[in-house]
Amino acid sequence: MAGLASAFGSGAMTNSISEIADARVIFVVGSNTTEQHPMIAMHMLEAVDRGATLIVADPRKTQIAAFAHTHLRQRSGTDVALLNGIMNVIIGEGLVDINFVRRRTENFDEFEKVVKRCTPEVAEKITGVPASDIQRVARIYATEKRSMLFYSMGITQHVTGVDNVRSCANLVMLTAHIGQPMTGLNPLRGQNNVQGACDMGALPDVYSGYQKVADARARKKFESAWRRKLPSARGMTMIDMFDSAREGRLKAMYIVGENPVMSDPDTSHVVEAIRKLDFLVVQDIFMSETAELADVILPAVTFAEKDGTFTNTERRVQKVRKAVRPMYGAMPDWKIIAELSKKMGYDMGYRAAHEIMEEAALLTPVYGGILHHRLDDFGLQWPCPDADHPGTPFMHRKKFAKGLGTFNPIEFTPPDETTDMTYPFILTTGRLYFRYHTATMCRRTATLEREEPECFVEINPKDAGRIGVRSGNSVKAVSRRGEIVVKALVTDRTPEGIVFIPFHFREAAVNLITSPAVDPVAKIPEFKVCAINLVPVIPKPGERPKNRYNRKEDLKILNELYEEPEVPS
Amino acid sequence: MEKVSTICPYCGCGCGLYLHVENGLITGVSPSAHHPVNHGSLCVKGWNCHEFVQHPDRLKYPLVRKDGILQKSSWEDALDLIASRLSGTKEKYGPDAIGILSSAKCTNEENFVMMKFARAVIGTNNIDHCARL
Ligand code: SF4
Repeated sequence: MAGLASAFGSGAMTNSISEIADARVIFVVGSNTTEQHPMIAMHMLEAVDRGATLIVADPRKTQIAAFAHTHLRQRSGTDVALLNGIMNVIIGEGLVDINFVRRRTENFDEFEKVVKRCTPEVAEKITGVPASDIQRVARIYATEKRSMLFYSMGITQHVTGVDNVRSCANLVMLTAHIGQPMTGLNPLRGQNNVQGACDMGALPDVYSGYQKVADARARKKFESAWRRKLPSARGMTMIDMFDSAREGRLKAMYIVGENPVMSDPDTSHVVEAIRKLDFLVVQDIFMSETAELADVILPAVTFAEKDGTFTNTERRVQKVRKAVRPMYGAMPDWKIIAELSKKMGYDMGYRAAHEIMEEAALLTPVYGGILHHRLDDFGLQWPCPDADHPGTPFMHRKKFAKGLGTFNPIEFTPPDETTDMTYPFILTTGRLYFRYHTATMCRRTATLEREEPECFVEINPKDAGRIGVRSGNSVKAVSRRGEIVVKALVTDRTPEGIVFIPFHFREAAVNLITSPAVDPVAKIPEFKVCAINLVPVIPKPGERPKNRYNRKEDLKILNELYEEPEVPS
Repeated sequence: MEKVSTICPYCGCGCGLYLHVENGLITGVSPSAHHPVNHGSLCVKGWNCHEFVQHPDRLKYPLVRKDGILQKSSWEDALDLIASRLSGTKEKYGPDAIGILSSAKCTNEENFVMMKFARAVIGTNNIDHCARL
């Protein structure tokens, strides 16, 4: 969350889920909330029932977009121009909260210069969104006090991902929609404990609580607690690690609970890197494509077999409790690491998960009061500095974590890969409601497996007519990096010129063809924009398409899947 | 039947739910009625979140590659091997030749231990997780 941290000094959802239902405006940028965060969407729809205005910015006609009062369908990769256009209107029409900007922020003048250039008409040219829509949304968002802004992977998975996030931060500061209930900038994080993994310092440049490894005082604190000299130079990100392995510099890797071979944007690149390693350990609950390449595989346990805490996207630290004994011969991840560390001459000495949290609380100011015995009801939201603190439902009330909020002037830069005659379509990828990341868990869940049988590419009816495919036909998707064969699903959910493939399917690993360009600051791989071509696959003469009925059935299921809305009961 | 209060492992909403346990096996799920996020509902993933726990495909014992083939091993042997290989790599190429990838599916405690392992035991800041995906 590099973008958010540079504006506010902290990179988490600023407000709480329970505030959503009372908001007046809900502005969702690049998140298909009903599929990715169903229960958050439930709160949003409840707000809509109570009269709130829902604005969705997404190139695709997603399920949440179907509920929107205004759906802005900007071209893929042009979010910055859209947001700059909106802010241009807000400044031009005098809807800026000048008091807030003066007291709480810095660098407004630089930022204003850039935004001044992006009039709604300029933005319309770049994004394809009508200038009148841009003006309307700007007015609605700025004039209503209780406006909440949400975003998710749709905007962070770009070469300009950090820019997108900073633009969103600019927008909330401009209108002072921050530091109050029912406002804020709210990143919706994908996997259940991404927030916690970041909070706990599973990052190359920070310890737990975002304390920088480069900061001598923080390092000293950890050194004296752990009685070891600690390195001060920032480490490698996941992407750097694979690059370095491919060049033969990184020799060994220890991968816990993840399947980068399937989830990384450039699969063949990762496999090549892993093959070069001298030694690979994978610790997981199921066999995976990555584990198949390992030298040692260790069986870990699931959430139901261990104690601990997860931190959800609104910073709520909650207790996970052991319901059954570890199945088979598996062990909790923390125990495995502690055992291993003992064998390597460092005894961590933990007897139970709560002791780890006690240590983390001692060393991490924002988690200072997060202790297991305090989490019994519904957990606590950090920042929670001491054992008497009740937790923080919304952040940046009186001041930002870093003091003044910073406006970052952001110019629109076009997406890394552009289309041409050979690769005329923009491919976007994303997740589906019933699938979880690379599906190692879901595919073992019969109910979920049944819902979504086969990989497909969504294509607009006009494009489909042009290349001559119908729903159910096989098509070959070819990019500058590779190709896969998938089924076509013709639908106007996807605008002309853009096609969509979900990234959960082993048979058609869409990541074989996606773009390896990476956001220079946050190192988030670009999933969302990649130029491809689609070629119909003609069955050989005499060859009858297999399972014709099943295929129809599949498509029916897929269609229903989108149509069935998650309406709050 | 015993009901154990816990959190859904599938997405960042963090819905509260109960796992129903009978004779050491999980038999079902029910939502937490007053939880601030889910108010007594769950999405289809949450309702089915226990199924994969008892799946027969679960990894059941450590596997170690011998002569190119993954073979069953004891915990003791597997951990000894990892300890000696990681120590060897560290001695020969330095700690920064080792990289650790933690997981956004693991608990906070596990992520903390993992980062402590990378920084204090191995001596590298090469630790990351897959949040970027
Ligand atoms: S029940 Fe659904 S919305 Fe709630 S945490 Fe699980 S997956 Fe997310």
